[in-house]
Amino acid sequence: MTEEVILRVKGLQTYFHTDEGIVKAVDGVSFDLRRGETLGIVGESGSGKSVTNLSIINMIPSPPGRIAGGEVEFMGTDLLKIPVKDLRAIRGNKISMIFQDPMTSLNPYLRISTQMVETIVLHQDLDKKAAKDKAIDMLKLAGIPAPEKRIDQYPHQFSGGMRQRVMIAMALSCNPEILIADEPTSALDVTIQAQILDIIRGLTAQTGTSVILITHSLGVVAGMCDTICVMYAGRIVERGPTGELFEAPKHPYTQGLIKSVPRLDKASGERLFSIRGQPPNVIDLPDCCPFYPRCDKAMDLCKRKYPASKDLGNGHAVSCWLYTEAK
Amino acid sequence: MGKFIIRRFLSLIPTMFVIITFSFFLIRFAPGGPFSGEKNLPEQVIQNMMKKYHMDEPLFTQYIRYFGDVLRWDFGPSFKYKESSVNELIEQCFPVSIMLGSAALVLSVVFGILVGIISALKQNRWQDYLSMSLAVVGISVPLFVIGPVLQLIFAMKLHWLPLTWTSRNTSVTFALLPVITLAFPYFAYIARLSRASILEVLRADYVRTARAKGLSENVVIAKHVLKGALLPVVSYLGPAFAGIITGSLVVESTFAIPGIGRIFVQSALNRDYTLIMAEVIIFSLILVLVNFLVDILYGFLDPRIAYK
Ligand SMILES: Nc1ncnc2c1ncn2[C@@H]1O[C@H](COP(=O)(O)OP(=O)(O)O)[C@@H](O)[C@H]1O
Ligand SMILES: [Mg+2]
Repeated sequence: MTEEVILRVKGLQTYFHTDEGIVKAVDGVSFDLRRGETLGIVGESGSGKSVTNLSIINMIPSPPGRIAGGEVEFMGTDLLKIPVKDLRAIRGNKISMIFQDPMTSLNPYLRISTQMVETIVLHQDLDKKAAKDKAIDMLKLAGIPAPEKRIDQYPHQFSGGMRQRVMIAMALSCNPEILIADEPTSALDVTIQAQILDIIRGLTAQTGTSVILITHSLGVVAGMCDTICVMYAGRIVERGPTGELFEAPKHPYTQGLIKSVPRLDKASGERLFSIRGQPPNVIDLPDCCPFYPRCDKAMDLCKRKYPASKDLGNGHAVSCWLYTEAK
Repeated sequence: MGKFIIRRFLSLIPTMFVIITFSFFLIRFAPGGPFSGEKNLPEQVIQNMMKKYHMDEPLFTQYIRYFGDVLRWDFGPSFKYKESSVNELIEQCFPVSIMLGSAALVLSVVFGILVGIISALKQNRWQDYLSMSLAVVGISVPLFVIGPVLQLIFAMKLHWLPLTWTSRNTSVTFALLPVITLAFPYFAYIARLSRASILEVLRADYVRTARAKGLSENVVIAKHVLKGALLPVVSYLGPAFAGIITGSLVVESTFAIPGIGRIFVQSALNRDYTLIMAEVIIFSLILVLVNFLVDILYGFLDPRIAYK
């Protein structure tokens, strides 16, 4: 990991205009991603992780979605301001994505070769033959046996884990600067999850690709990420280097998340901790700390205003009234 | 795949066997007979006629004889049109009906898909509202209303197109109104079907993947959306063709077209056994073959279909 910031997200707001009201799926998210860094975004389902990352490549379905504010600065340009043609040259090329469900993320009607070659030909100066060779190499790197044979098959001829390897191979085939992996293992068997994470880690480390790893499981990010952002109801409530975040979590929500990770070194009879209550509905959310109804340390102030982010040094920051002085 | 096609093709034989057998006995057991309308014939004449058409033999013997004839593609003499054989009648009338039906099918598929794509891509805009209103009309208004209304507007008021078939007027313009009438309901249904199916596929995960790869919207639609989205249309082709063939009976009488439709109704009323049987057999054969082709086409389009 270097100090060069390759992606800077600043004050991102993505809203959905639905019949029930405005869903503030992402409301003021900011983070930096450095070259070679692996950044984890953790949060319960519905906290806005996927929307954040689709916003980065400006792929929010509109209507109903709309990016209401903020900047996504990638290597000096704001991706939210450039024409869609320039954006397409970046998608799948400089910034590529892997999605949660490998069973539905590949086109069932097209051969793997067709789907991989079209990406490579689109972004690189290669003819079809060379692109196919490149695709076979990528499949081999992603751990697919007999890739020169498998590449001419259709997605249904692959298992879930194998399809996710295909997705990884496809996503990395244009040597992207950034790989965004949106819950890449959530739909897979536990035994395969570790393999898939290993492949992502191994392949991106070789090329120095930065990774944004989205997950709802702290266990997944712990072993893999340099930095972790904890998301709650469309906001990043705490961000910090992995080690520090696990040793000295500041936000009550982060503390709760860490306490609720099952651990082998605990007595087996002990009950697993779980945060009480339900995640909030982000429709027409008032300006308050969205976590206060579930928080043991909630104060009067928490219900009235959302706290600004407090920098604790060393890249560690938290948005909580326990640490921020009210002005 | 080759094996699958052969096996699927062989399975047509028992289907046709059942259809022929079933219709043969069904028609024979229907009340009345080919000579029941002619009340004043002397007994002797009827006896002679029965003998001529082998109707004095036991039913099962007749069935066996008939089956053998059909295998040689000989449908026998007509009971009513005494001057021509059934084969001749079919050869005269069938091509007209087939042309009408095929033209209507092609028209409904091409325009149905086109309009479906436009409405899906312009969802909730005027193009969509216009197309879908048209589609509702097409689905809910029956053929015997659409035909005369088109005649009224384009033939009688505007004088753009001929009203009905005449032996003098055989130009293409004549075919326009009947083909449009016949195609309209199927066009409407296919437009709605493809619109709904495209909208669904547009939300599919693999389409999001295609966009995230940087493909342009045109490529995403043409390469990633349409193939999956049009599969339901392909499986609708069989029923659509069946419907068009049935519909052509109505349209032929509206436009006075000398197709099979006119003699079909007549033959049923006359209990013209041989002619009815020939029509049933040929219609069934066409439907069965169309469904066979649709199955093969579907198999080519959807790789997940396993040919075991
Ligand atoms: N197309 C959409 N229309 C309306 N609301 C949406 C849409 N996509 C996402 N949302 C809302 O945005 C919020 C965040 O969703 P998401 O980012 O997918 O959560 P997750 O953290 O599980 O990835 C959710 O409340 C969801 O209901
Ligand atoms: Mg998600």
